[in-house]
Amino acid sequence: MNSRTTTFFKLAVMAGVLAFPVFGSDFYAEMIAKVMILAIFAMSLDLLVGFTGLVSFGHAAYFGIAAYAVALLTPKYDPANLWLALPASVLAAAVAAFVIGLFVLRTKGIYFIMVTLAFAQMAYYVFHDTPVGGGSDGIYLNFKPDAAIAGWAPFDLNEPLHLYYFVVAAMLFAYGLLKLVLRSPFGRVLVGIRSNEHRMLSLGYATFRYKLAAFTLAGALAGLAGFLYAVLFGFVTPEYLSWHKSGDVLLMVILGGMGNLAGAIAGAVALVGLQEIFTSVTKHWQLLMGLTIVAAVLFMPGGLTATPARIMARINGGKGNV
Amino acid sequence: MSEVLLASEGMTRRFGGLTANQNVNIQLERGVLHALLGPNGAGKSTCINMLSGDLPPSEGAIRYKGEDITGLTAYQRSRIGIGRSYQRTNIFPKFTVLENCRLAAQSRKPRPWSLFTDALRMPEAVERARAAINEAGLSGREDRVAGTMSHGEQRQLEIAMVLATDAEVLLLDEPLAGMGSEESAQMVTLLNRLKATRAILLVEHDMDAVFAVADRITVMVNGQVLESGSPEQIRNSPDVQAAYLGHEAEHE
Repeated sequence: MNSRTTTFFKLAVMAGVLAFPVFGSDFYAEMIAKVMILAIFAMSLDLLVGFTGLVSFGHAAYFGIAAYAVALLTPKYDPANLWLALPASVLAAAVAAFVIGLFVLRTKGIYFIMVTLAFAQMAYYVFHDTPVGGGSDGIYLNFKPDAAIAGWAPFDLNEPLHLYYFVVAAMLFAYGLLKLVLRSPFGRVLVGIRSNEHRMLSLGYATFRYKLAAFTLAGALAGLAGFLYAVLFGFVTPEYLSWHKSGDVLLMVILGGMGNLAGAIAGAVALVGLQEIFTSVTKHWQLLMGLTIVAAVLFMPGGLTATPARIMARINGGKGNV
Repeated sequence: MSEVLLASEGMTRRFGGLTANQNVNIQLERGVLHALLGPNGAGKSTCINMLSGDLPPSEGAIRYKGEDITGLTAYQRSRIGIGRSYQRTNIFPKFTVLENCRLAAQSRKPRPWSLFTDALRMPEAVERARAAINEAGLSGREDRVAGTMSHGEQRQLEIAMVLATDAEVLLLDEPLAGMGSEESAQMVTLLNRLKATRAILLVEHDMDAVFAVADRITVMVNGQVLESGSPEQIRNSPDVQAAYLGHEAEHE
């Protein structure tokens, strides 16, 4: 696909997403909102995995910490204020990522994968085994945050339509922010670190600080996703921080194509879509899921976003145009 | 006497029971190309790694323009003007030549917080990168993907990247390794041009090239400096002949 086709495709998808709740059912609107939230989550991980070369296997920790933050910040019989709860939740995730990053970024390769997992498991058990967040049952978020500013509410998250468009706006914000970051001098350094960290050091870059900043930003955006997820579904459980969740988001990134924000979105769509289809077919859906993922990794190296180009190359193969 | 930029004093490095460098004193002056010679295992790489900050010395001090920089890390040394190239080509193979050098140049004014800047359009970094590409003799190849170039060109790029950081001291680890004779000759011309305004340490195996460009030569054997002096002194030193030149000759 050339860049004009790609842009057209993106705009068409965007138009479809914007128009959907007007025509489509509430059930599917909620599913699309869920996909968009997971897309934010996947894009935040792609900043680490695809652009900086840091394979984090504990990214659900930051998602879950922000989800718990909004649940714990919400009083029992009142809604929390959105403009306080949202930044506070994102900040909680960012602080957690910063502190954990200080430790885990001292390791590399397989050790990095293991220690990110270990820290995420620690966070998981904090919520699972202590009464802080209702233990293994989790807690309900009885009221969605209130968007009122000094008595005036520009929108109401209790309205499914408003919530839907709030999620759309959040996803566009995350996408736009990451695009800016990747274009900026900071982003170019991250890509350099992925390619050859040692050389970046000898060129005068304090690579540890760059990686820590990326890790913190990724944690903050995962937190944004976790916040929205808690608000959308109205409850929070320790499962939000579990390694399954970390694995799922990693799968989205791999399935969509690493190092490509659109790929992370495509991966979220694909994973949720497949889950939906397979669960409707059989209760042994995880078997189908596993086989599909193995097949995808085998036959679609580079992920979904690289596949059109590969198919075109195959078609044009005879003309020597690879 | 010209200006001493980088100097080591009693620099020593031990790896367990092995002393890889013992009491190495080396001075790099502006306008002087200083070659470091020695057989395999003599400690040349250890020496250059300590000067560049990739490896901390066990003992001794390193000074840059008179200041003690022994405790500085590799990236801090790069920031103050000590650049190095690597024996094994160490570039960003998937980036273009321009992006390799632009990234190197960006490190001088990294501006990590300017979110709204398009890094590819930072005029200062792009200009410095282009200047370095021209100086290293790679003009016209800005848009080539680095990994697809010939070995010799990649070695030139390696040097262009160091130049793009505006380094005053160049620590070059075997820039001629694996080059054909024509490429070598070009590189020798380049080195001669570069030394006018900078201090260069050249670690090299190619004896002909060393004697063609070096102003000073230090010969290391078994982690120690055997002899240091002008090419003439080195050529006529009986110790060097016994330890190194003779040894080399046996293979030829």
